[in-house]
Amino acid sequence: MKLSLGPLQYFWPRERTLAFYREVADWPVDIVYLGETVCSKRRELSTKDWTALAAELAASGKQVVLSSLALIEAEAELGVLKRLIAQGQGWIEANDLSAVQLSRERGMPFVAGPTLNIYNHVALRLLMDDGLVRWVPGVEQGHGLIRELRDAVLAAGLSMPELEVIAYGRLPLSYSARCFTARALDVPKDQCGFRCIDYPDGLPLATRDGRPFLRINGIQVQGDEVTDLGPELLQLRALGVDVLRLYPQAKGMAEVVAHYHLARRSPQPPPRIAARSGYWHGEPGMHTTGNG
Amino acid sequence: MQLVCPAGNLPALQAAIDAGADAVYTGLRNETNARAFPGLNFSDAELAQGIAYAHARGRKVYLALNTYPDSARLAPWLDAVDKAAALGCDAIIAAELAVLDYAARTHPALARHLSVQGSATTAPALRYMYERFGISRAVLPRVLSVQQVERLCETSPVPLEVFAFGSLCIMVEGRCQLSSYVTGASPNRQGVCSPAKSVRWDEHPDGRRSVHLNEMLIDRFEPAEPAGYPTVCKGRFEVRGETFHALEEPTSLNTLELLPRLAQAGVAALKIEGRQRGVAYVASVTRTWRDALDRYRAAPATWSAQPAWQATLTRHAEGHQTTLGPYHRHWH
Repeated sequence: MKLSLGPLQYFWPRERTLAFYREVADWPVDIVYLGETVCSKRRELSTKDWTALAAELAASGKQVVLSSLALIEAEAELGVLKRLIAQGQGWIEANDLSAVQLSRERGMPFVAGPTLNIYNHVALRLLMDDGLVRWVPGVEQGHGLIRELRDAVLAAGLSMPELEVIAYGRLPLSYSARCFTARALDVPKDQCGFRCIDYPDGLPLATRDGRPFLRINGIQVQGDEVTDLGPELLQLRALGVDVLRLYPQAKGMAEVVAHYHLARRSPQPPPRIAARSGYWHGEPGMHTTGNG
Repeated sequence: MQLVCPAGNLPALQAAIDAGADAVYTGLRNETNARAFPGLNFSDAELAQGIAYAHARGRKVYLALNTYPDSARLAPWLDAVDKAAALGCDAIIAAELAVLDYAARTHPALARHLSVQGSATTAPALRYMYERFGISRAVLPRVLSVQQVERLCETSPVPLEVFAFGSLCIMVEGRCQLSSYVTGASPNRQGVCSPAKSVRWDEHPDGRRSVHLNEMLIDRFEPAEPAGYPTVCKGRFEVRGETFHALEEPTSLNTLELLPRLAQAGVAALKIEGRQRGVAYVASVTRTWRDALDRYRAAPATWSAQPAWQATLTRHAEGHQTTLGPYHRHWH
């Protein structure tokens, strides 16, 4: 089983980001997703910086995949994506249909990111015809739904693409045209001052009775809990999962990677290091307690 | 511009047609559409009746099949496509690739509109749907500014339909898991957001009310304070020590004042949200937009949004408030 480092969902200062990925070069992850997936205004690293980082990580033996924005609104954002794909240096993680189409037009393979909405085997097959080589199911697709889909693929005499499951991190739940960080700080989005840089793990949102609930991360909303599928390792193996995705969080990622690296080489599942994901068990995502 | 109005049931369909809708959109009584609410939607016989009613008056009926079937549940969606063709629907409104593919191959003459749930916001995304599945129209997600809509009208391979009025989803449609995170039921898979069975209202002795969605407190209200339906995105929460509508206030989208710009941009159709709303809403909102569109057509140069139209629309809005939403840069 391979380990991947998902795209950095937060906005970290340039030096911190570069230092983080310098460390990643020595971590036992096989695949690194790079690039900005949430907000095109976040430019501590330019596209050029990201591609330079990609070359460095590739030189240290990682498979590098460049991730696209989940929501593309402006012509300039589309231009960046076109250039990334035109460079043809590696795979793209397509997080919307623009990236699928631009890859398809150039005959480039792509990874289907978790916002592409692939809910059944027919959709998966259609996208495989277009160049899909690896599939990251959406956050609400747990063990049961992925197994059903895989069984349907196999029953149709087809083979699965590589299957990558979000194993660790805060789940991305929604995207908007609106920046919720700017709203919380009462500044206009167009003059936001890039304040999300002050919240390297997102801005906590709690219910009025004080229960932690969500994280605001620019135009993205995440679940508050960091989820952990490590204890479900046997199920993940039985399902034929090829890649476990670990989303970068602000603290302790080296330890998280080491934990999963040990786990993938062990016959027994590891102890829990973060919250249970209700989604994996076919329940509401926020159900962090329960059986299994 | 065509006026496309919601029809949650047969009386609403007739009301919309009578009030001047050019087309109505409907759904079946199952999870194949994004308003899979109890007591709503059409039986086969009602849909056939509705189509006859609309066609007799030269109007169109669309069938929304805009949810995402899992592998094990594909059959009802494909059956619904067959039904739309057999009953003579003028188009299906779909988002999911398997549904669009089946429709394109099996019933090529049945028009396919890309649903807002398909999350297509760019020319390449629209090109994908056009080249792959032959869509003949696309409904845009409520995320683009009016300038972006204008630009997309120039570059899209198909005519575009945009939301004009109604409840405002502030998240990219087809990309929101807030309901599913809390209740397990999602707009994508089950066609519901914040299902009624997961909602719990409590009235306290002092007259205050609180509302939970599956044990998660969404909001509290003072005795006289109006309270809307508890979707996660319109609740009040604590962020940085302050309690406020952290995502969005209860408000409705109203683009009436943008009508000339949308018309000049070449937008093909204006969509009114609200299949879950009653006959009075459908009739009144449809009549208002019909009047506004007719007057624009008659005299575009002198057209302006009349206060009476705005007053009617505001009366039907969530929280009696309206917004230009994402069309206006300040909303972002």
